[in-house]
Amino acid sequence: MEKRSFDTLIIGAGGGGLRAALQLAQAEARVAVVSKVFPTRSHTVAAQGGVNAALANVLPDNWHWHMFDTVKGSDYLGDQDAIEYMCRAAPRAVYELEHFGVPFSRLDTGKIYQRAFGGQSRDFGGDQAVRTCAAADRTGHAILHSLYQQNIRARTHFFDEYFAIELLQNQAGYFLGAVAMNIASGEPLLIEAKTTILATGGVGQLFRTNTNALVNTGDGMAMALRAGIPLQDMEFFQFHPTGVAGKGMLITEGARGEGGYLLNGDGERFMERYAPNAKDLASRDVVSRAIATEVREGRGVGANRDHVLLKLDHLGADIVSKRLPGIRDMVRTFLHIDPADTPIPVYPTAHYTMGGIPTDRHGQVVVPVQQGAEEPVPGLYAVGECACVSVHGANRLGGNSLLDILVFGRAAANHVIEHLKQQRYHQPIPADALEPALQRLARWNRQGKGESIAGLRAQLTKTMEDHCGVFRNEEVLQEGQNAVLALRERLREATIDDHSQVFNTARIEAMELENLMDVALATVSSALARRESRGAHSRIDYPERDDQQWLRHSLFNLDPMKMDYKPVRMQPLTVDSFPPKKRTY
Amino acid sequence: MNELARVRWKCRRGMLELDLLLGQFVGHGYHQLDPAQRAEFDRLLDYPDTVLLEWLLGRIRPTEREIVRLVDKIRAAAAP
Repeated sequence: MEKRSFDTLIIGAGGGGLRAALQLAQAEARVAVVSKVFPTRSHTVAAQGGVNAALANVLPDNWHWHMFDTVKGSDYLGDQDAIEYMCRAAPRAVYELEHFGVPFSRLDTGKIYQRAFGGQSRDFGGDQAVRTCAAADRTGHAILHSLYQQNIRARTHFFDEYFAIELLQNQAGYFLGAVAMNIASGEPLLIEAKTTILATGGVGQLFRTNTNALVNTGDGMAMALRAGIPLQDMEFFQFHPTGVAGKGMLITEGARGEGGYLLNGDGERFMERYAPNAKDLASRDVVSRAIATEVREGRGVGANRDHVLLKLDHLGADIVSKRLPGIRDMVRTFLHIDPADTPIPVYPTAHYTMGGIPTDRHGQVVVPVQQGAEEPVPGLYAVGECACVSVHGANRLGGNSLLDILVFGRAAANHVIEHLKQQRYHQPIPADALEPALQRLARWNRQGKGESIAGLRAQLTKTMEDHCGVFRNEEVLQEGQNAVLALRERLREATIDDHSQVFNTARIEAMELENLMDVALATVSSALARRESRGAHSRIDYPERDDQQWLRHSLFNLDPMKMDYKPVRMQPLTVDSFPPKKRTY
Repeated sequence: MNELARVRWKCRRGMLELDLLLGQFVGHGYHQLDPAQRAEFDRLLDYPDTVLLEWLLGRIRPTEREIVRLVDKIRAAAAP
């Protein structure tokens, strides 16, 4: 097998991976970035909102208020040391981006424009704050392209259209790089590295209806799981109540804000039953659960009664065009209907993965050691949506995900740079370290008749939507876990027809499904185990938050399959802890 | 070289909207294109995601005639 050597291997070329790569390349480290698609087609490009930073350009603000909002938003499951670190580092992260060429929108004064977002307050829960910096409605795109250009200039080495197969580690548990496959040629490549950073993003593709790009299959999370690393807090998945049914694209809350409302299959305005006062403007989780309940109880719309309708036509074409132009374009393009005339089929859509690979605030992957405290895993880091630092806890605030990737991409790189000073040479790679990767590659060369990958994937995502979506109780989740375990067994017997080498995308899709299966098991198992409602994890059989028992992080281990727990880091770096309070807005 | 597979992988984008529109087109309309149009489609895929999104959602009309034709075909192939 061909071999290449680098100081640091980064898997994933979204904002987190590229921010880390840039910091390393500028420090003269030899850094390689592996990406299964061309880097500027990473999912960061879809982030429209912006980056939170207490710049106080519009209204008074400071990082401590931002920290309070983030802790409260996390429903007190976020680690307060990491949150303090992130909020303090935010202004610098934004100024650095400006320096890299991100064209932030401006105020008349020339300062960076900031907009108001939900969940942001002044003075620890007071009036609305104005904290989100944006480059029009394409902040993610601007960040990704600027970072990519800077990396090209800094001579980061890119392996474009390479798919990471498996991580490498030695007997002592030290991570040594990865085996990747050149998608164009089908050839495997051994990438040896003193440090490896996982930056593969979230896993929205677990659910049939989701807002994520197809690439978001949790590849890094699954590789970590198979390498013996647990996944943390996977039960926390952010859903939006209104996605286009069967497709997933988000329809902003603005549609209901303008007077749109939901109808079931009987033509009933059902939100009046679930939230007599707020009705269609009730909080996201209430609306999401109400839609899922209507469908479960047979009051859905359509041939399969599997969605409800969002009615906007009573608003008139004028209002729909003026106030909701983006929705009108999108619905016309995809559904060939005009929302000004015809209601839109909608269903809750999966959006953001709060959980992931457990790390400390330096991006080092950490695992519990026997009964004791956790320790860093030598040579392995994770940043961004694939990681769980944990700054988002049980629920992420808008504007904090881009901030997360920038701050912790940089922090991880700085830690790696210090580490590289001690780690001057590559450690030998034992022959058996390659075995898991080789087996995984060989497995899909198997001939014969088996179930199709597309069919199994459809069953998995439907199972996750029905059994681990917004409607959760013991029975539904237990059925879901059993179903995922059964599907995972069936995948072992599946085969693909195409055994060619060149651009064999069938093989990539098969390996992506293996990754989804492992992460699905982590997600449904963690949700089954957590018998409380907190943030995005809402159990109808345990509707209250239970700090006595559950103010702790979940850890799911794959082999052997078991749950483990660790305390939330309630102690910030320099300020007083924010103790848990009831979360009301 | 497996040309169709290469193009299909190039249709993996950073946004769900583009994945759906381009994926559907490669599955249905692409095989009807002549070699010159296929080369044009390949070139279309070199544009950034944000530009493709504006064109394919019909928000902005591309200036090049060849691109306009392709964009119309892709939009027509978007099955409800």
